Amino acid sequence: MNQLKKYLGIVWIIVGLAAGYYLLISQAIPKFTSAQAEDRIPAIIYAFILTPLIVGSFLIFGFYALKGEYDETD
Amino acid sequence: MGPSGEPKKLISVIAASSVGTLIEWYDFYIFGSLAAVIATKFFPAGNPTLALLSTLATFAAGFVVRPFGALFFGRLGDLVGRKYTFLLTLVLMGLSTFLIGCIPSYETIGFLAPVLVLILRLLQGLALGGEYGGAATYVAEHAPVGKRGFWTSWIQTTATAGLFLSLLVIITVKNNLSAEEFADWGWRIPFWISIIMVGVSILIRLQMQESPLFAAAKKAGTVSTHPLRDSFANRYNFKFVLLALLGATMGQGVVWYTGQFYALSFLQNTLKIDVAQASQLIMIALLFATPFFVFFGWLSDQIGRKWIMLTGMLLAVICYRPLYSAMYEIGISAGNGEIQPGLLLNDFQFWKMVLLVFIQVLFVTMVYGPIAAFLVELFPTRIRYTSMSLPYHVGNGIFGGLLPAIATYLSTRAIQMNDVAIKNGVTPTYEEPYLEGLWYPIVIAGISFIIGALYIKERKNLTE
Repeated sequence: MNQLKKYLGIVWIIVGLAAGYYLLISQAIPKFTSAQAEDRIPAIIYAFILTPLIVGSFLIFGFYALKGEYDETD
Repeated sequence: MGPSGEPKKLISVIAASSVGTLIEWYDFYIFGSLAAVIATKFFPAGNPTLALLSTLATFAAGFVVRPFGALFFGRLGDLVGRKYTFLLTLVLMGLSTFLIGCIPSYETIGFLAPVLVLILRLLQGLALGGEYGGAATYVAEHAPVGKRGFWTSWIQTTATAGLFLSLLVIITVKNNLSAEEFADWGWRIPFWISIIMVGVSILIRLQMQESPLFAAAKKAGTVSTHPLRDSFANRYNFKFVLLALLGATMGQGVVWYTGQFYALSFLQNTLKIDVAQASQLIMIALLFATPFFVFFGWLSDQIGRKWIMLTGMLLAVICYRPLYSAMYEIGISAGNGEIQPGLLLNDFQFWKMVLLVFIQVLFVTMVYGPIAAFLVELFPTRIRYTSMSLPYHVGNGIFGGLLPAIATYLSTRAIQMNDVAIKNGVTPTYEEPYLEGLWYPIVIAGISFIIGALYIKERKNLTE
């Protein structure tokens, strides 16, 4: 189980990066340049709230998991 | 000094904590419950969708600042004590709410109106960020060993009860005024009522004593002098903060807001059910489901907290789309094949809808009933207020609080894209565009379930 938790650390890091790419590149940036005013609100939410929070949390969590910080022996 | 086992004292602790927390939730939710009216009062007319989204964004802003309130008041609570800190949050919340009810409309003062609403909404969020962690910690530190889940579950009922109370007050005010009077000035009354409730709650809370565990820690000199540093710069503690967020509160937050807020928004904005009937329907579902907070809190003392919370998340992930699809079908059949504004359900449809919302709130009670005890037991007394408040408010305030805005946006966008496709004679992209908003809670709760299942260790009935 401890090995699985460690390997999954890589998955969480990838999830963080993928979420960052999706939220920022695929969602936020096109919406900032959109002609529709109602697109700006989700763009702001994606770019300045969700992206840093999700990317930061998953990267650190994944790093900790990879380092074995969540092993059962704790 | 240790936790109090005297039932009488415990009941007064629960009552005093719960009443204040309930009022804070009431204050916080009347804004959401009145979103449709507020959109017309404080934002420029001409684009109702933009006005509603702006209102939802202002509503969401209150959630986004909750983690900052958690940090500020959590630190204060770990330094000077739980009692005085959550008295302060109550005063701040009461005043902000009252003042929202006093702001002149956009027509009268122009852009100053939405700016003032935003500022007061942010103050509400800060206050709530400090309140919940204090109340949960306070009650847990009074509860006897082995009964923390049960006793803290009463605090957990307050969020739902606050929403219930907000809907009840709004319906009562609406029923006693004409539609014009309510739209003109009557919507302000629920905001004004708050100041009376807060006043009563302050008087009750002034009678309370400091938490026995905190008082003992203070006497022994083991209280943290730097709660923020000890909570978040300490790697050992911070990894639990992250685990609490990603493996529990993130999923719990979206389940909570889907079951209670998105359900209401879906009934009112997607199915266009009459506002009073939709509110009534939600209130009945909440009323039937609320005892289950206490049940699952109690059950978590017996069999552990982790799997009750995670089962609630998993059920939500699996059932959301079928549940909302069934809700949509009821709306369609009530409107004879199409969605009609001001739709009224017949008795059978009404109770069927109540059942569908009740099931969602049941999931909420599973994830939310035991979570206060779970969070309290994850962190030591000296930094508990700070450490548990942050993941709770990030999970609920940000992941959960943004749900109405994000889900509404996703659904609206899918519907618009389908309309454009139909106009251009192309096959629409989305088969069920009104369900697109659900992907947000489904994905978040799904990830949270996996992390929680793999990484969280059962830690029930700890003595500290």
